[in-house]
Amino acid sequence: MGKPHDGGTVMTTQADFERLAVIDLARHYGRRKALSQVNFLCDAGEIIGLLGHNGAGKSTLLNILATLLGASRGRVEYGGRTAAAAGADIRARIGMLGHDLFLYPELTARENLVFFGQLYGLSDVAARVESALHRAGLGDRADDFVSGFSRGMRQRVALERALLHAPRLLLLDEPFTGLDQASNRALVERLRECQQAGCIVVLATHDLDIVDGVLSRSVFLHNGRQVGEPGPGTGLRDRYQKAMSA
Amino acid sequence: MLALAAGMFALAPWMINAAPNEATMGLVYKIYFFHMPSAWMFMVAAITSGVASARFLFLKRPSADGWALAAGELAVLFGAFTLVTGPLWARKAWGVWWVWDARLTSSLMLFMIFVAYLLLRKYGGPGADKLGAGMALFGMANVPFIYVSVNYWRTFHPLTSVVPTLPVEMGIPLWYCVTAFTLLFIVLLRMRTRLEHQRARVEALYLLEDES
Amino acid sequence: MMRAFFRVAWIVVKKDLTVEVRSLEILSTTIFFAVTVVLMFSFGLVVDGRPLNDVAAAILWVAIAFSGTLALGRTFERERHNDTLRALLLAPADRPALYVGKLAGILLLLALVQVVLVPLVGLLFDAPIFEHGFHLLALLAGGTLGFTAVGTLFAAMLVRARSRDVLLPIMLYPMTVPVMIAGVRGTAALFQPTPNLEVTQFWIALLVFFDVVFVTLALWTFDPVMTD
Repeated sequence: MGKPHDGGTVMTTQADFERLAVIDLARHYGRRKALSQVNFLCDAGEIIGLLGHNGAGKSTLLNILATLLGASRGRVEYGGRTAAAAGADIRARIGMLGHDLFLYPELTARENLVFFGQLYGLSDVAARVESALHRAGLGDRADDFVSGFSRGMRQRVALERALLHAPRLLLLDEPFTGLDQASNRALVERLRECQQAGCIVVLATHDLDIVDGVLSRSVFLHNGRQVGEPGPGTGLRDRYQKAMSA
Repeated sequence: MLALAAGMFALAPWMINAAPNEATMGLVYKIYFFHMPSAWMFMVAAITSGVASARFLFLKRPSADGWALAAGELAVLFGAFTLVTGPLWARKAWGVWWVWDARLTSSLMLFMIFVAYLLLRKYGGPGADKLGAGMALFGMANVPFIYVSVNYWRTFHPLTSVVPTLPVEMGIPLWYCVTAFTLLFIVLLRMRTRLEHQRARVEALYLLEDES
Repeated sequence: MMRAFFRVAWIVVKKDLTVEVRSLEILSTTIFFAVTVVLMFSFGLVVDGRPLNDVAAAILWVAIAFSGTLALGRTFERERHNDTLRALLLAPADRPALYVGKLAGILLLLALVQVVLVPLVGLLFDAPIFEHGFHLLALLAGGTLGFTAVGTLFAAMLVRARSRDVLLPIMLYPMTVPVMIAGVRGTAALFQPTPNLEVTQFWIALLVFFDVVFVTLALWTFDPVMTD
């Protein structure tokens, strides 16, 4: 079934994949094009940045990658297979940190993690939750309600929730919103850990300065369309300006 | 086909006039010749919408959605016509505009379901086509229940008789009108569905035109 | 396979119960709302200090429908806040199992509301709620299940739609007319001076039939309707 979970290594199962391919992807709502002509590849151990203004289509793209939204045209391949071909199991390999964090404020941090752990059918939930809380640095606040947490703390819980089942693909939607410097650094560290462990990380953000140098590669989106070529993960500001004005 | 339907409708008043006047009611009863076929088309439209919705949801045929919407609109159209002509007849026949009997109440409920369907599709925002499909499917599944429940709702109390049995001489104009209405329904359904499919094509072309 | 299905449903129910028990917000406000509905309708339907025939049954079921709609809307509003519904859909769990979990939670809530509502109606209208208690229970269970089964599907469908507050009742009430008719007529037959048990049994049978058909239909359509 794969290596024992130690919080770092990605579990390998049948539905697993090493490469994510986005091929000629488009998504329309009536006449409105949320996404068009998006193409890129990413492999295990890479952090890909989806960069663009608000409303550029980043969230839409993430939702499609998460299999929550269908594509109007084109396809996404997880290790050569589309979501439809891979079936519901593919969702076990995907973890998402949404903009709204996906946490129940009326439950404690521990209860939130336990709930999702059980929902994902994980073995040994209690131990995993314990180590997740520890990694989030919330061991002492584990039994406090999430509603009383700061944005940074909630974010940490939400991230651990997304990583609880050791997914292959980690999707993050504007994770740096409302965080202070220290939290930003902590988040970047955690992402690097995931990268080491073999995750594919897709990160949508407009905080270019924070992710400069962190990304393996960058994809720029403008009004739903991909602009420029997928390029390296540095010198983002300049390349962004160039791409947007092209 | 449209010409044929139109022609049949133009001829209809003559045929209806030719039918003998009914004993107690005189001229007004002849509304029935339009009312009953309209009611049938209402049912057919509802079933069509339900079936098309199922195909859209389960077989994932995008074109089926056009049929479902067109049939839903026609259900509301023919339903409204039925529910208006009915009371006009009822006023003369029974002295009241409305009775809470099985047929009338079921029709009213089914009508309301399809009005709700159209409201959902119009105001539900993006993705409302899937939601509407679910609703139309449920509506169709509901028809036998509506009929049975309303029917038995009334039979445990005294009931006024509803539809009189027809003598043969009146059969001819009736079947003539049924045919005319059926043709009308088919024509409208096909036109509206084609309109809907073309609208989808225009959107696709519009989107395509943007691609460089 | 089936065990996983019920396990998921149970987890969802447990979570909903835990959340609700903490604040009791939905439960208490729904109960109060149901009581308000009963009183408001009483003002219109009690003539010369005596209720019209069969009014107790009618008021009971109208209160159930109205408070049910409210509970449905509020429960899914909780899942919309923080977008947790999306997290649920993201899990590899069987989606119909999520539906069943939500359904069970709301049924439990409405059952508790009815524990208050039914004695209240019995009290205010001098209705014999304890004679033939089983029949009444069957009517309430069958009717609430039918109403909630359709309602849970519709409310889940509407979570991401616009105008969802008004669309839920618009869609739900016409669709659950057979449930209302069966509930009211069955209960009325039971509350008569000489209860007509045969009639009540007929309506119970209809409700069971309705429930089977529509729960099955909902299980089939939940996945296609929730994927965009």
